[in-house]
Parts: sequence; structure tokens; C-alpha cells
Amino acid sequence: MPHDHLSPSGHPYRKDDDHPLTYWQTMEIAVRELLVEKGVLTPAQITAQIEAMDARSPANGAAVVARAWVDPDFKARLLQDASAASREMGFDIGPLHLIAVENTKEIHNLIVCTLCSCYPRNLLGLPPDWYKTRAYRSRAVREPRKVLEEFGLSLSKETQIRVHDSTADMRYIVLPARPDGTDNLSEADLAALVTRDSMIGTGLPKQP
Amino acid sequence: MADRVRVKTMMPPGHVRTPTYLRGKEGVIERTLGRFKNPEQLAYGLPADEKPLYRVRFTMGEVWGDQAECPTDTLDAEIYAHWLERL
Repeated sequence: MPHDHLSPSGHPYRKDDDHPLTYWQTMEIAVRELLVEKGVLTPAQITAQIEAMDARSPANGAAVVARAWVDPDFKARLLQDASAASREMGFDIGPLHLIAVENTKEIHNLIVCTLCSCYPRNLLGLPPDWYKTRAYRSRAVREPRKVLEEFGLSLSKETQIRVHDSTADMRYIVLPARPDGTDNLSEADLAALVTRDSMIGTGLPKQP
Repeated sequence: MADRVRVKTMMPPGHVRTPTYLRGKEGVIERTLGRFKNPEQLAYGLPADEKPLYRVRFTMGEVWGDQAECPTDTLDAEIYAHWLERL
């Protein structure tokens, strides 16, 4: 095996990006520099916004889910208007129109955006790479049960699957069912059980 | 808007948010979402009309026919009013 493509640790080197900027990369740089030159934005504001985007994580959504598990009134408000309920908890979700869909013993919800990569970023942070792949986007609507099995989730025929295709202005979060045997857990301990995938529908919360 | 609707089968070019796999399919209005600017204009920086937006629920049997994994599973999508005809 040739060793010149491997680092001393045995991992392949990542190829350097020695290619010209793409059209849209050039466009982004041009627009950003113009906005700064014309005094519309400062570099510090741009950095702050990138940091704000990077700071969003699935922990925000997990906190919302855990609150819904312990507070039935909050859960009702979440299912009625998930944007308002998230803001009520202090999350700055911008103009996001959020819908929460509830998993029960009879119903399992799965979120996908077949047209692009719509995802509740303002609440959950950046989507996982697989969420944006053509394979997930096309197969989640076509054979959701098989896709879920590949995620390690085997659902009985008695469970109805509801797939939600985020085609327009709404974004979706799954409210997973609270795991059994968690009656004595605190809200913070419950939140630690809520995984990103359980809020997309490709997983279930962890067991305590 | 009637409860039962069919997605129009038109195929216009442009930034269309109605997935092709749902065109011609029949479903029921799951909920109304309010009025939103038409992305078919908005995407091009044009003045955009506000269109009513609906969540429409389809059965997998309706969408995929005999090929459905489980015909009673459902699929919800957001469809603008101008893409729907009442049944």
C-alpha cells in the first residue's frame, strides 16, 4: 500500500482545496466586502452572527422537549404554537415558524425536506450532513420504514408513520414520547435523554 | 377551502415549492397556516403576493400506489392555495 497518501497516524490526508473559488463563493465575498465598505455591517457583527449560529445546538430543542414532558400546560402550548412556546423559554428563534408533532404509542413522526435542507436551525443548530443527502431526502418519503430500520429503529405495523415534508415556510420538531421509568428524573436529567435524532424522528430518546 | 383537495398537475419552470411527487395526488387539509409570500416570485426578488398556505395530508397509498411500504402511513406537506383544487 502506498504510504504517501497517509499521515503518520495511518489516516488519509484531506485533499487541499487548490481550486478556484466557485461563482457563489466569489459572490458571497463580494457582497460581504461591499456591505462592510458601505458601512451597512461591521466585520464584528458578521463574526457575532456566525458565532450565534454556531452556538445553537440540539440542547435547545432538548430543553423544550423536557419542559413539555414535565409541564402539560406547556406541552399544550407547544403543540398549539411551537414558535411561541420556544420563545417563552427564552430561545431566540428569529422568524422561525415552528410546528411540533407528537410521538405517541400509535404514531411516529419523521421530518424531511425533500426539496432542499429546511431544518429548524434556529432551535436545533445546523442539520446533520445526512439530512441534506439526496438519499435521505428521497427515501424518507418513499420508504420511511426501511430508512428508520437503517437508523436502528424498527417500528411495528401497528405504529402509524407520519412523514412531514418541510416544503415551504414551516419547520418541524418531533416531540418524542417520554421514556418509561423516568418519573423521578429532573427536567435537566430528562433533557439529557433527548437526542438530536429523536427530534428529527430518526431515533428515540435515550433510556435513563 | 374544501377539506379534500387535489394538487394541480401543472409543471411551470422556476422556484416551485410543490414537490413533483405530490402533483395530481389527493389529500385532506390537515391545518391552515396563514398567508405567506409566494416563493415563486420571492425567490427572484419580485414583489410577491401573499398566498394561503395549507398543510395537506396524503396517505402513502395515494402517493405511491401499490409500491407503498405501508399504505395507511401518511405524508404531510405544505402546499400553497394556488396549487390546490377542491374536490
